[in-house]
Amino acid sequence: MTSTVPISLQRRFDLTIDGKDVTVTEGQTILEACRQVQVDIPTLCYLETLTPVNVCRLCVVEVKGSRTLVSACSRKVEPKMEILTDSSRVNTSRRMVLELLASSVDLSLADDEVGHWMQQYDVHPERHGPQSDPAEEGERDRGHAGEHKAIDGSTAETVAQPIKRDNGQYLRDYSRCILCYKCVEACGVDAQNTFAIAVAGRGFEARISTEYNVALPESACVYCGNCVAVCPTGALMPTIEFDLRESGKWDPKSQTVTQTVCPYCGVGCNLELHVQDNQIFKVTSPLDHSTTSGNLCIKGRFGFEFVH
Amino acid sequence: MDLKTTEDVATEEERKAADSVIGSAPPSWSDGLRPGVGGRVILGGQRRRANLRHLLLPTLHAIQDQIGWISHGALNYVCTRLDIAPAEAFGVASSYSLFSLRPTAQTVVHVCDDIACRAAGSDSVETMRGHFGEPDTTDGQLTWRTSPCLGQCEHGSAAMVTIAGSPGVREVLAPFNIHELDTVVSNTTAKRPPTPATLLNQVRSELHLLKRIGLVDPESLDSYRSEGGYQALRRAIDFGPEWVIRELKDAKLLGRGGAAFPTGAKWEAVAHSSVRPRYFVANADESEPGTFKDRVLIENDPFALVEALTIAGVTTGAEQGYIYIRGEYPLGERRLRSAITQAQSRGLLGDDIMGSGLKFQIEVRRGAGAYIAGEETALFNSIEGHRPEPRTKPPYPVDKGLFAKPTGINNVETLLSALEIISSGATEFIRYGTESSTGTRMFCLSGCVNLPGIYEVPLGTKLRELIQIAGGVTEGHQLTAILLGGAAGSFVGPDQLDLELSFEAVRMAGTTLGSGVVIVIDETVDMVAFVRRIAQFFRDESCGQCVPCRVGTVRQEEVLARLSLNAPLGSRQDELSLLDDLGSVMRDASICGLGQAANTAVLSAIEQQLIFSSKGNS
Repeated sequence: MTSTVPISLQRRFDLTIDGKDVTVTEGQTILEACRQVQVDIPTLCYLETLTPVNVCRLCVVEVKGSRTLVSACSRKVEPKMEILTDSSRVNTSRRMVLELLASSVDLSLADDEVGHWMQQYDVHPERHGPQSDPAEEGERDRGHAGEHKAIDGSTAETVAQPIKRDNGQYLRDYSRCILCYKCVEACGVDAQNTFAIAVAGRGFEARISTEYNVALPESACVYCGNCVAVCPTGALMPTIEFDLRESGKWDPKSQTVTQTVCPYCGVGCNLELHVQDNQIFKVTSPLDHSTTSGNLCIKGRFGFEFVH
Repeated sequence: MDLKTTEDVATEEERKAADSVIGSAPPSWSDGLRPGVGGRVILGGQRRRANLRHLLLPTLHAIQDQIGWISHGALNYVCTRLDIAPAEAFGVASSYSLFSLRPTAQTVVHVCDDIACRAAGSDSVETMRGHFGEPDTTDGQLTWRTSPCLGQCEHGSAAMVTIAGSPGVREVLAPFNIHELDTVVSNTTAKRPPTPATLLNQVRSELHLLKRIGLVDPESLDSYRSEGGYQALRRAIDFGPEWVIRELKDAKLLGRGGAAFPTGAKWEAVAHSSVRPRYFVANADESEPGTFKDRVLIENDPFALVEALTIAGVTTGAEQGYIYIRGEYPLGERRLRSAITQAQSRGLLGDDIMGSGLKFQIEVRRGAGAYIAGEETALFNSIEGHRPEPRTKPPYPVDKGLFAKPTGINNVETLLSALEIISSGATEFIRYGTESSTGTRMFCLSGCVNLPGIYEVPLGTKLRELIQIAGGVTEGHQLTAILLGGAAGSFVGPDQLDLELSFEAVRMAGTTLGSGVVIVIDETVDMVAFVRRIAQFFRDESCGQCVPCRVGTVRQEEVLARLSLNAPLGSRQDELSLLDDLGSVMRDASICGLGQAANTAVLSAIEQQLIFSSKGNS
């Protein structure tokens, strides 16, 4: 590049990734450093626009001298770090993280790359036994911290449960929830500052919930849908999309995406209208858009009925 | 932020309970409602900065203690007063086992069914079931539930009784006795049961950390001073921070909480930080199954902890200290609060400590039933009013700890060891122990041993000697194993009795001293049930944040269940390799020490052939 590089106070230093020397900038994460040299690191709970929570542990890498593996998405680079992204310890942990998730959560609507990783890491969720029956409505929301039913191990416990459908805009299918915290962050300090949902309970009984599991219309939810936009597994889904899928009419090949600008206020949010059969089923905004960072309000996200 | 509550309102009693912590609502509020707001309020600027969130846990305690459960209306009131989103406050409340979020009986009995009581042969759970039927019923005056370790292991059985009311009752019965329970429950004047006596089975002249136990009156500052109390603080103030830190470094004191971090280096890092304010925290959330040493120290010698924390404060430049004590130690908490009040009234805490111009205050914070809150960063979150979830390190507490400020945090025994070093000098301290594990250490002996209790011995003492001091294995029985270090520790066999109890020797042997737990196990103990209880413990106490621990602890419990019922999926070998894989991912990829250690005891039991082998008793 010949463009003028601004003088920066940030230090540049060297480290190695899988034995190769790489020059990085202070303050970068290991994940950013790896992506800069095209080393692929799988992630589930990471999103550029949200604060890293490093809870899925899929992005773990080995750093020489560290007792345990470290999460690439949140750990900052340090001079002379020796990072291994493909060691047997790393691969075992990634395989097991995927196996633990796949044996307890419905990943069938997760991003396509999840399926690829399952093959790449040779994941066998069936090792943990047949999946348990779905919980009854509200059962998983009533648990008392630190207690669970006695088990005999004949089935692998899952988070399967009935779908929560309590408003016209989107529904919550927590059988698909991997507890990545993205929706909580988008509802809270990272975007909307509404705090309608939080993680409740603990351990395997931890779940995303409103206070006392009240329905969304009673909660603080403002239907901005920013939680829906960041959900990586289809646990949160626009109702129209869900109904299309349920009715068997879902046809990705016939779908188009139209770029436009939101007509409501003067902010100028970019919209992507996802359309099938001349019907908008979902509205998103590009993550890298300088105004929205992928976020919208209720009008941009769900106020499209007038188009039809 | 945007604050919206449902229309559920608090009763007058609930508001009174909350107000006992927060203070009364402004006069313009009527019936606990903010004036002139239609359900939703936007908060920003000054209002947002006056952050009261750290009062959340104490306020929830007040409501639980007085009302018996936390209703939706009560939570709404707390949220409106403290400016917390109800969903977040619910997330916090629902992560602690001592809070009830639905109506329950006025009296709740928490009965210990954990490993130390099991090893001692406790039948309290069966007794309770016989008298009161199944646990966790919502009707009637009394209900009961099983509880993880209550830290009363030397008594061999224990229960904690809570009776909602103002004032409410929180008492521990140890050993557990159904008749005493009747007395506590039927006595409306809430007469306290006799305080369990702490028996010392050692010669006092050999004791350092325990030397005042039984000599000082835990309720009297004068009594503590007459035993030499507060001379160490005087020295620390006179000689200054650099001297104190040098003494700790010369004494080579390593943290007693489990991680064995050099205490001098920790204090130095906080003292040399350029950021203010700083904090110092005493971690008394002792919840490792089989551990009760901190309880014994706090109940019998509370001023020593207050003095030690004050020394830590004036040395590191922290002006606010916290003692985070687990909710299962009501007596210890009462005595600490009384000790702090007395110290304040005599100028040993406050704005001008001992006339030096130095400031230090201590607040007691009570846990609410969460083992994970003992992890230092989860403990900070707990004090701040967030869910007790561990944070990712780095940054370390000395850089960004409590309220994101430089924070020192030590276990109670570590602080008392520091106190001992300041009063007797590093030279005296290193006379005991080994070259790199200096000083004495407290061990919690329980299970199948003649004289269960607290023992203080120099580090490096052989396991065999320690068990002998405690009177040896119960008459007529055979030692089968020892659980060293607690649920997060590992089993050692009878062939390892010559193991030296020093940090370096146990590391070499692939085990840990952990929190000083030594549970002695003989042939009467059902090892499979014992190990399954450990697996259940980790599953129940996982915070649920990271995948390896949240799901891994469940899968581990399932494998153990299948193996113990002799119903493996595939071959037995398949199950064992599954356990190995679970061990790898939990050890390598969990965020904190809970997940990282959740399989060590299980794997060591299999390795030692204590379970699932032809040699074991399964």
